[in-house]
Amino acid sequence: MGEAVRRTLPVVVVVAGLLVVWYVAAILADHGSLALDRPLVPAPHQVAAALLAGIVQPVNSPRSLIYHASVTAASALVGFALAFVLGIALAIGIVNVRLFDRSIMPWIIASQTVPALAVAPMVVVALGNAGLTGLVPKALIAAWLSFFPIVTSMVAGLRSPERIQLDLLRTYSAGSWDVFARLRWPASMAFLFPGMKIAATLAVVGAIVAELPTGAQAGLGARLLGASYYGQTLQLWAALAMASLLAVAAVATADVARAVLVRARGGRL
Amino acid sequence: MAPVAVVANGLSLTFGSGAQATRALEGVDLTILRGEFISLIGPSGCGKTTLLRAIADLERPTSGTLLVNGMTPELARRQRAYGYVFQAPALYPWRNVERNVMLPLEIMGIPRAERRELARRNLELVGLAEVARRFPWQLSGGMQQRVSIARALSFSPSLLLMDEPFGALDEITRDGLNLHLHELWRSTGMTIVFVTHSIPEAVYLSTRIVVMSPQPGRIVDVIDCDLESPRPLEIRDTAAFSAIGSRVRRALHSGTSHG
Repeated sequence: MGEAVRRTLPVVVVVAGLLVVWYVAAILADHGSLALDRPLVPAPHQVAAALLAGIVQPVNSPRSLIYHASVTAASALVGFALAFVLGIALAIGIVNVRLFDRSIMPWIIASQTVPALAVAPMVVVALGNAGLTGLVPKALIAAWLSFFPIVTSMVAGLRSPERIQLDLLRTYSAGSWDVFARLRWPASMAFLFPGMKIAATLAVVGAIVAELPTGAQAGLGARLLGASYYGQTLQLWAALAMASLLAVAAVATADVARAVLVRARGGRL
Repeated sequence: MAPVAVVANGLSLTFGSGAQATRALEGVDLTILRGEFISLIGPSGCGKTTLLRAIADLERPTSGTLLVNGMTPELARRQRAYGYVFQAPALYPWRNVERNVMLPLEIMGIPRAERRELARRNLELVGLAEVARRFPWQLSGGMQQRVSIARALSFSPSLLLMDEPFGALDEITRDGLNLHLHELWRSTGMTIVFVTHSIPEAVYLSTRIVVMSPQPGRIVDVIDCDLESPRPLEIRDTAAFSAIGSRVRRALHSGTSHG
């Protein structure tokens, strides 16, 4: 058996197995038909067709999934950027100021125990009343969900240098800036990227959740809500598939950023 | 200027307090002259590393006095009076070999061109100029430790503190590095304080051997080691070498049996 076959075979088997289970479920749920307009469980080829139809639409059409995805992506991206900056700043504060660690960390954890799904509508509506509509409230929800993995991974990363590496800098009587810039920061990069991947997917989830409650006209969340309201299951599944493609793209971007740094570091992070 | 590099008087250092207190050093008196090669030898827990770390201002003595180049260890550290080689290479994995050697030079604010030149010269000194662009994980353990020596030498300190730098290496690599280090010491006239638990290594390298014993950590004997210099590795087969080795061994035994 060739190396390529050995590597791809398990993937093929899993995908084939999933498709079989999916088709069986679709046949059972839809009374043997695989061509209903509003199937309870659409078959894979129906979802694929609906997804493709949504993608090839002109981008200015309200049925274009590219359009809706771009609206969601914009708020996810702004939210992620906000979470990235805020998360890293908080992590630096927590690592450097003991008081920060004690006073801020419990609130950060508490913020994540609040179910975002329940609170997001209230936040969006409250911000809407305050005159903030459109991208900003959605970006804030996305940031709220995604900053936590950034903070925790950066705190772990900034604390990762071993005693011997810190002692080394002490023998050069290095100042705290040198300790940060030449040791803690570069050491934290190996920890940042796993956290960044989780944060990237959470930013997409946050943006979609924030689009659900407002009767928004655009965005994958609005598309999901509309399709669900009118029982358009094919549309619903197509929007879901588009959302997961968006999340995959977000994670892939984080992987590319990681690969660039790995290359600059001679092959290892 | 007085030719004294390090003076310890009644130096004691206790870790912790109460029932858990460990007397790592007690009543240590030692004078190290400029240009000497001093080995600190003894079993685990005898305080040899603690003494070295106190000289480097990485540990603070509980009582007694300690002067490095005539000043407190802290002041000496702030003036970057010494280079320190740790048990492990402690290279930063995200920096290539050259940039690891340049790390202290960057912190000391030395201009870029000069940093390059100093890194090149010191890597040549340890025989590693050709791997300047490689990363630490691409080197063997012995090569990594040589990089860390080049890094310690890069800013030409007059005092080199080495904490069991070759302890984790195989014997053949270790022999090569011992030969190299002896030549380095001879050609630079540096003062070197070297922690080891290998008797042959101490005898081969040193001008004086400080024998220590544990619980509490203290000096039990200081043995002169006046072998010829330069020292080929074969000097270890001579009677004079063995005689000094036996003296060190006897001092180690007396220290542990009465401790």
